[in-house]
Amino acid sequence: MAGQELPYVLIDCIGGQRGVFEDHVELLEKHFHLITMKEYLENKKFLSEKITAIYIWYHKPVINEELLQSLPNLKIIASSGVGIDHLDLHLLSRYGVKVANTPFAVSTATADFAIALMLASSRRLVEGYQMAVSPNTEYFPANWLGDEVSGATLGIVGMGAIGYKVAQRAKAFEMKILYHNRNRRNKEEESAVGAVYCKKIDDLLQQSDFVLLSVTLTPQTHKLIGKRELELMKPTATLINISRGVVVDQDALVEALQNKVIKAAALDVTYPEPLPRDHPLLKLKNVIITPHIGSATKKTRSVMVENMTESIQAGLAGLPIPNEVLL
Amino acid sequence: MLRSKAFSVLKPIPLMFGQSNLACKCMHPAIASHGHHCHRRSVDYRQRYKTCPFSAGGRTISTSQMQVMAEELPGVLVLDIGGTHGVLENLAALLKKHFHLITMKEFLENKKEMSKKIQSIFVFECRPTIDQQLLESLPNLKVIGNSGVGVDHLDLKMISNFGVKVTNTPHAVADPTADMGMALMLASARRLVEGCQIAVSPETKCFAVDWMGVEVTRATLGIIGMGSIGYKVAQRARAFNMKILYHNRNRRRKDEEEAVGAHYCEKMEDLLQQSDFVMLVVNLTPETHKLIGKKELGLMKPTATLINISRGAVIDQDALVEALQKKIIRAAALDVTYPEPLPRDHPLLKLNNIIITPHIGTATVHAIHMMAEEAIANMLAVLSGQPIPSEVFPK
Repeated sequence: MAGQELPYVLIDCIGGQRGVFEDHVELLEKHFHLITMKEYLENKKFLSEKITAIYIWYHKPVINEELLQSLPNLKIIASSGVGIDHLDLHLLSRYGVKVANTPFAVSTATADFAIALMLASSRRLVEGYQMAVSPNTEYFPANWLGDEVSGATLGIVGMGAIGYKVAQRAKAFEMKILYHNRNRRNKEEESAVGAVYCKKIDDLLQQSDFVLLSVTLTPQTHKLIGKRELELMKPTATLINISRGVVVDQDALVEALQNKVIKAAALDVTYPEPLPRDHPLLKLKNVIITPHIGSATKKTRSVMVENMTESIQAGLAGLPIPNEVLL
Repeated sequence: MLRSKAFSVLKPIPLMFGQSNLACKCMHPAIASHGHHCHRRSVDYRQRYKTCPFSAGGRTISTSQMQVMAEELPGVLVLDIGGTHGVLENLAALLKKHFHLITMKEFLENKKEMSKKIQSIFVFECRPTIDQQLLESLPNLKVIGNSGVGVDHLDLKMISNFGVKVTNTPHAVADPTADMGMALMLASARRLVEGCQIAVSPETKCFAVDWMGVEVTRATLGIIGMGSIGYKVAQRARAFNMKILYHNRNRRRKDEEEAVGAHYCEKMEDLLQQSDFVMLVVNLTPETHKLIGKKELGLMKPTATLINISRGAVIDQDALVEALQKKIIRAAALDVTYPEPLPRDHPLLKLNNIIITPHIGTATVHAIHMMAEEAIANMLAVLSGQPIPSEVFPK
């Protein structure tokens, strides 16, 4: 691209706890002229016309109408991860800005993590670790038991790319797999993983030993699992959430766990993140909470950067955009 | 969630307390067919139970009759029922279907009478300890049925010298232990325990985005010890598209290798050098004692994780501490240590690149039940002269 200026891409910041990774910056600067939010605000007059793309890394920078109005030449926004509930797609469409995410980059690592949570919860791994290292431990008691994953029934709510990969993994543990989805998968896909479709979510809830939530957050899936759904679950069942916190009615979940309406929960996502430090979920013994690390591997992050770079380049060139999010 | 696995000897017939079809077949006179000379024995093996003493012909059996019937069943010695190290209550109930259950306390209080009744010992979580003194005091002991597959806590040679057979439970342990291997690998790779600590810590204000683990899918898993458990680990790992290497005393058949996509490494060194995750799934024998030491750890990748679901003594623990402190390997995840539990001031407990779990590889409600059933089937087979599903022989 000799002689031609690289496209100006707005990012939030570099480094620190939530900024764009230092080692990704090198790769990105081969293709783009990165402008941090700080630099932009210091030189709005000049930069506002130049910026044609925004690179959203973990929900930052925040996109609002004010920002869109001040970037007349903005063509495309690439957002890391698969969730786009932090973006107002209608608003962006009105301004003619295209959106891309990274659905496939995250699917493997997130599916792996769902299995990690299921195993850790059923085998009481975190509790076991605490016992193994506690200064008070004198012996390991014989009557300390968990529950088996092999041969149990897994109900997958949301059989998209991530849900399907979970099914592929769960099959190797000889699990019986039920699933509930907006659309039924085709016969070959179902037989490949031995998954049985449950048109009514109630049927899945009543039969599953493990209920996994791997849906996108939409108005339809907001508080999908509430008091009624928790009561339909077996009292020996475990709820695993790798979607978004608000797919579950958190207050109803607290009550269900306290009253042993369900056996346990394992949550990689909550609302908000992190939870307030005095939240009842943090005090319950039968909950594992992890800090939204479903896709937190080096490899996945590198693939995300590549995907986002491709999407921005395609968007700016007027070509079909890989991983475009359509309304 | 209970699935019944068919053991060829024991049919899962629901039996009343004290009732046993199989008790009638116990004490078969053809003990000589077992093929070893019990030179110290002078007991008449042709003691018989009354044939079918329990055919009550439709009339109800009184409690005292039931007690008498129970006491006519072969005696099985256990350490205790309940308590910190005793057999779990529901397992005791299973045992009582086929045996007259005698606790160590009952035995010691009434040695004269009880010692003759005890034909079997159910060893649960390595207890009771089997020593020369105990074996000498049980003239009619035929079999030690171990709950679990590892028998490194039993002196097989000494026990064999007394003409006593030893059985273990390889089938019941395989699935839950393979699951545990996978659980540890995933938890370690994805820093699950650390993550939980961050999620609940009073100090946590936000979740850092530059906090990452390592990927399991498509990584290379090296399985050392490809027996039943190791093979089930391979089956599970395959679903994660892992590249699977294995090292074993004997190479598996081609079709077995192909079914899980496993590549044989004749030299353990090759496996160590190429693996992202090294999982130890061997039995503890003199050959596997300290199998993984300083040299082996040095051969592993600095980004690799060591997972142990065999026995603590398979690893040179001091070498492991050093390797973890110096980041010669990335991390370790151990369900087993030596001893268990570790002393509270042990350096392994202080490292932050290690997960330790309290030997819970078979600690599930289902597995504990299945292990007891498998042990019972084995013990009854010995006592009735039937083919023994899982006998363990001294080397």
